Amino acid sequence: MNDRLYKILLFAAALIMPIVCGGVVYALVTDAYEAFEHFGFFKFLTSSEWSYTEGSEQYGALPFVTGTLMTTLLALIFCIPFSLPVAMFVGEYFKGTRMAAILSTVTDLLAGIPSIIYGLWGFYTLRPIIMALNISPQGSGILTASLVLAIMIIPYAASLSAEFIKMVPNDLKEGAYSLGATRAEVIRKVVFPVAGSGIFSSYVLAIGRALGETMTVTMLIGNTNNIPDSITSTGNSMASIIANQFGEADDLRLSSLIAIGLILFLITAFINLIGKIMIKRARIA
Amino acid sequence: MKKIFASVMTWAVAVALVACGGNANQEGREAQELSGAGATFPQPFYNVVFEQFGQVHGDQVAYGGIGSGGGVRNLRDKIVDFAGSDAYLSDEEMAAMDPVVHIPTCMGAVVLAYNLEGVSGLKLTGEVIAQIFAGEITMWNDERLVALNPSMELPAESIIPVYRSDGSGTTFVFTDYLTKVSPMWATKYGMGKSVDFPVGQAAKGNPGVAGVIKQTKHTIGYVGSEYAFAQQIPYAAIENKRGEFILPSTASISAAASGEMPADTRCSITNSEAPRAYPISTFTWMIIYKEQHYADRKKEQAMATLDLLKYILSDEAQAISSEVHYAPLPTKAKELSLENLKSVTFDGVAILQ
Repeated sequence: MNDRLYKILLFAAALIMPIVCGGVVYALVTDAYEAFEHFGFFKFLTSSEWSYTEGSEQYGALPFVTGTLMTTLLALIFCIPFSLPVAMFVGEYFKGTRMAAILSTVTDLLAGIPSIIYGLWGFYTLRPIIMALNISPQGSGILTASLVLAIMIIPYAASLSAEFIKMVPNDLKEGAYSLGATRAEVIRKVVFPVAGSGIFSSYVLAIGRALGETMTVTMLIGNTNNIPDSITSTGNSMASIIANQFGEADDLRLSSLIAIGLILFLITAFINLIGKIMIKRARIA
Repeated sequence: MKKIFASVMTWAVAVALVACGGNANQEGREAQELSGAGATFPQPFYNVVFEQFGQVHGDQVAYGGIGSGGGVRNLRDKIVDFAGSDAYLSDEEMAAMDPVVHIPTCMGAVVLAYNLEGVSGLKLTGEVIAQIFAGEITMWNDERLVALNPSMELPAESIIPVYRSDGSGTTFVFTDYLTKVSPMWATKYGMGKSVDFPVGQAAKGNPGVAGVIKQTKHTIGYVGSEYAFAQQIPYAAIENKRGEFILPSTASISAAASGEMPADTRCSITNSEAPRAYPISTFTWMIIYKEQHYADRKKEQAMATLDLLKYILSDEAQAISSEVHYAPLPTKAKELSLENLKSVTFDGVAILQ
């Protein structure tokens, strides 16, 4: 009897998540419908106008999709030179040592810092440095937001990559050593090829995190509704435009913001799907 | 199991008793819980006033600073007792909902804050402000700025305008002023809670804009006066309709409202003709329904709402306004509002006699 009860309870609990997810999608689609109907899905996605003029309101998602993709891509590029060495250190060179344990704990701690703290640090510390270096006169912009985002996603990329590097079988490595390979050669020719798709998937998941980051980006990106023409200029990401304008928006603008939310949801879902597929392939290998 | 259930029930009953117990206040009605939502601009003033009102009348007032537009939306959905708004409702907006009454609660201004090393006492005209925010004046040593400030050393640096990224009553008042003084601004950009500013960068809320200005050289931006006064950011003197350069202050803001006023108090006082008036001044309003019986509201709740508004119009509450960096209402606005409150009804019967 107990067994059946557990089964039912588990089933009910497990069912809640798909229902919630379905509900979110349903709500996003119904509320975004007005914007898609008014502008057309592809027109909305490819229009760079975001204009409030009453009577001839024009809302398009392109500046924000561009802003999100630019910040995310840059954050990924900035994050690799820091997260990959940490992963190598923890997962291969100093595997199982006290040093490695301390380093991985410290890196994981970075993930626990609230995003507002990163935002404030970026605003009061990093922004003046960017201004002092004459990189941009106003300090905020795509570059500033990306740098802070990069720090925020390092723990996600580093911990997961380290796990995949640890999983590389010792037999393979010992085989390579016995053939006279140096440590660098073992890493290049054995560890990376074997753990490669796992490392790749950990970066994909880190991207998923960077895509939706709101608070930090809103504080640092400059919040202008145009397509950024360089990495030092200001812009807006999909999450930050929603955070900025949701409070006062109604009717068509509200619907357009929700439509942007839906597009962000789809992009994040797609990226996560790629990550999941790659992890699966890593396990099989 | 039974024991736990019993203790939970006892606890629930105790909570319910405390919640419903309600102490009768001096008017002999039960203390009410009022809720409102809207403009963030008067929120610091409201926080103090609601606290004082609670001590005097025993009623609790909750106010959500969700922005003027959000407040009006909540009132339209009939889920609040009052809405706070920096912009009065237009005729079309009024036509789209049940009749409402506007009650001005205090006055404030929008100031032009700037960050220029070694420069203080900057003077600006409406036309020049419009040209800066339209991107037509791009350098601090532009001849139009130098002509206004001949004695100052203005640097040969680019101007970085800062504006609000969120929809805001502050933007509404600022662009209302620019639309009145600059035909160029009126045709190209117009007025509203969100406006397509062509240049500069944006930040969320008054704290955001003020933070960027404080931290970034060569910026200029518009900030609510209450925030600029409290934070002591340098701000510009602005030429009014009479050609006087006026710094924003409690006195110069109140002076802007000394002119004529319509009976329903819906008026813009930017670019005021009054002497010594600061030209970007504004009222902020509370908006309530004329017929107070909606969405299961009790008569006591309606009475408490009117008590609150009467209290805000009292000398006691108005004196608080300048303490928290707003300006008190002129006598005329108070008289008109007290008159307007008499038109508020419950089931068609006037609440105030």
